[in-house]
Amino acid sequence: MSVMNEVEIRMDTAISSKEMMNQILKTHYKNAMEAKKRGKLVCWSTSIAPQELLEAMGIITVYPENHAAAIGARKCAPELIAHTEANGYSLDLCSYARVNLAYAEVLHSEAENIPLPDVLFCSSNICHTVIKWYENLSVMLNIPLIMIDMPFNFTYELLPHNLQYVTEQIESAVAQLEQVTGEKLDPSRLRKVMEISNETSLWWRKATALAAHVPSPLKGFDLFNYMGIMVCSRGTEEGRKLFKLWYEELETKARQGAGPWPDQAETYRVLWDGIACWPHLSTTYKTLKNLGMNMVTSTYPKSWDIVYESGDIAGMAKAYTGNVFANRNLKYNVESLVEIVHRYKLDGMIFHSNRSCKLMGFRQYEVQRRITELTGIPTVIFDGDQTDPRTFSSAQYETRVQALKEMMDSKKAERSMR
Amino acid sequence: MGLQNTIQYLVDAGMHPAQTVHGSLAESGREAIGCFPSFAPEELVYAAGFLPVGMWGGKTGYTHADKYMQSFACSVMRANLEFGITGTYRMLRAVLVPTLCDTLKCMCENWKTAVPDIPVIGISYPQNRTDAVAKRQLMAELNRIKAELEQLSGTPITEAVLGESLQVYDAFREAINHFTAVSGQYSTTINAKTRHYILKASYFMDKAEYTRLLNALTDSLTARPMDSYLGLKVVATGIMVDSEALLDLLDEHGITIVSDALLHESGQFQALHEGTGSALEQIAERYLRINGISLLYEPRKPRGAMLAELVRKSGADAVIAFMMKFCDPEEFDYPIYQKELTRAGIPVLQIEIDQVVDSIEQIRTRLQTFIEMLI
Repeated sequence: MSVMNEVEIRMDTAISSKEMMNQILKTHYKNAMEAKKRGKLVCWSTSIAPQELLEAMGIITVYPENHAAAIGARKCAPELIAHTEANGYSLDLCSYARVNLAYAEVLHSEAENIPLPDVLFCSSNICHTVIKWYENLSVMLNIPLIMIDMPFNFTYELLPHNLQYVTEQIESAVAQLEQVTGEKLDPSRLRKVMEISNETSLWWRKATALAAHVPSPLKGFDLFNYMGIMVCSRGTEEGRKLFKLWYEELETKARQGAGPWPDQAETYRVLWDGIACWPHLSTTYKTLKNLGMNMVTSTYPKSWDIVYESGDIAGMAKAYTGNVFANRNLKYNVESLVEIVHRYKLDGMIFHSNRSCKLMGFRQYEVQRRITELTGIPTVIFDGDQTDPRTFSSAQYETRVQALKEMMDSKKAERSMR
Repeated sequence: MGLQNTIQYLVDAGMHPAQTVHGSLAESGREAIGCFPSFAPEELVYAAGFLPVGMWGGKTGYTHADKYMQSFACSVMRANLEFGITGTYRMLRAVLVPTLCDTLKCMCENWKTAVPDIPVIGISYPQNRTDAVAKRQLMAELNRIKAELEQLSGTPITEAVLGESLQVYDAFREAINHFTAVSGQYSTTINAKTRHYILKASYFMDKAEYTRLLNALTDSLTARPMDSYLGLKVVATGIMVDSEALLDLLDEHGITIVSDALLHESGQFQALHEGTGSALEQIAERYLRINGISLLYEPRKPRGAMLAELVRKSGADAVIAFMMKFCDPEEFDYPIYQKELTRAGIPVLQIEIDQVVDSIEQIRTRLQTFIEMLI
């Protein structure tokens, strides 16, 4: 039985993937709170870290990024953000960090609660910011931090000595986890968890790839929700089942030629670059939907497409270091996006200039120019933030999206003239 | 050259980077390599026969840089990109960019397109320096950089030449450490502005020549009686304090920087090479030993204790945190060390700055209030 499944989840096939997803999340948080009460060790981890180690060792793990996103979506972020800023943190820092650093002191949010950690687990493949954020948590809570540094790849191909460095750190992380827990990692259990994680990733890959159908069976904003499960449950049976079920649902829809919405046609297919604006999820979604624009994909499907040979630590190191879009160089980013434009038959692209994420943001202008040059599809960029509601302006967003629609309209008209 | 002339010479050198670099190149017949903040292996660059030039931004607008990075990027990076695009850095044969923060990672990528004539060599320094595996990665990375530099110069870097370079850098860092240890006692002769430009000059001059001049300066300085303090003695911390208006403001209020934990200053000079390994190993080991740096992963966050120790040793009255706007690593460090210093009874003032400080009057008010509280 997996760590998660201590409280039973209904796994009968009668439920939809959406219901299953909600159950998994509910159970995930409930189990973590109860485990803490029972004195079990709890870990906080970054979102694309080698969770296989934690899962294999039976360590109850929750993910501050998931938690902050949930808090943002339920509009509970401002009070936590205010708390962190009152502690001397700049409002220019990542808002996930600002939410979480407050939560670590306040220990309550109307949105969702998670237990305090006994150990921290962090991978720098998603940004440098998490290193500093987790450093601070480690000092504030006086608990150990296990950090796996996954260097940024400014070369197109990953440098072999960097991969060796990541591999050796993963091995060292095992030793550190064994020291923290006082238990040995069972290699056969690790192999099993790796196998499950790989399968979950493959189902995620297959499900998200179905959005290439025209019309897309996938209502793209669903990606943002299912992504949360890829973070917290990809090494579990429940996760594997969920993504298989999601794939099957989408595959059935695709076969039937069903689009994203029962009440509206998919007029345009767009890519969303960056994290969602959680506090403005509804506005950002509805504005697109009202114009018949479906976000069919983003730069994210690739980030959790972590596939390697089960049992192969070096392969795992490579997958974690190289799959995260933000950890690759600009040439790789552009080539991947051009391929996505063609594969998903995109009409346009929306870049979320996310005040919280410098790593994703500071390459967007050049990526945007190159995509326009190489594919000819129109693109727009808007200002927002993943959790801090103050940066986003619905008027600016609507104007930019409207402009995108007009550009896509004229492209469409050009095509039909030809 | 007398004391005042040496001071003036170095201050001028620090105030006029382009002129100084061109002068150094003409004198040595070398070519230049740009070194982004922070910790580019200058010893290798020097051994390869190039003049390492520090790239720490400067006073400029960001018209061209704004096409690559949003306005919430730090001003040092925006300025570097602007200078790259507009040709200020055209004397550089290549630039080294250690990808030690998220903005530096993006900078490395944007430079490739924005400044195509000056090749960029990225550097992957290990962040997990406490782990034994870091040294192996770092040695491989330094060997890669070495090969790139050899290709640019067309000459192999021998162990003997690299060893000499290490000696030059050790002597240089010792000279700086000696100077900064005593300069606080000469608060009128070496005020905040003078101190800054003397140190800044080191980024544009041949290190051996700079060391010779600085040692002469320090010798002349210490032969004189000490100056009396005019006002507060402080430890400065942050990335850098490069705004002339801000430095003037510190001097106007008689504030003496008796010690610093600035990345641009002691951050670069704090450790010497040690050990009996190869020259490259010594470079690696030095990097692994550096501490109190916001750009680097430091699990126990030693900066607060380090600042408290600097305050104790230098007899400072307070710490001023010069917070470079939009510098995430610095902004994460501040609340932790601020709390630790306050707990230790050490007053801390945070001043938010850009390289170009527009709101000097606001800072003046904050500074005056702080001084009044302490005196």
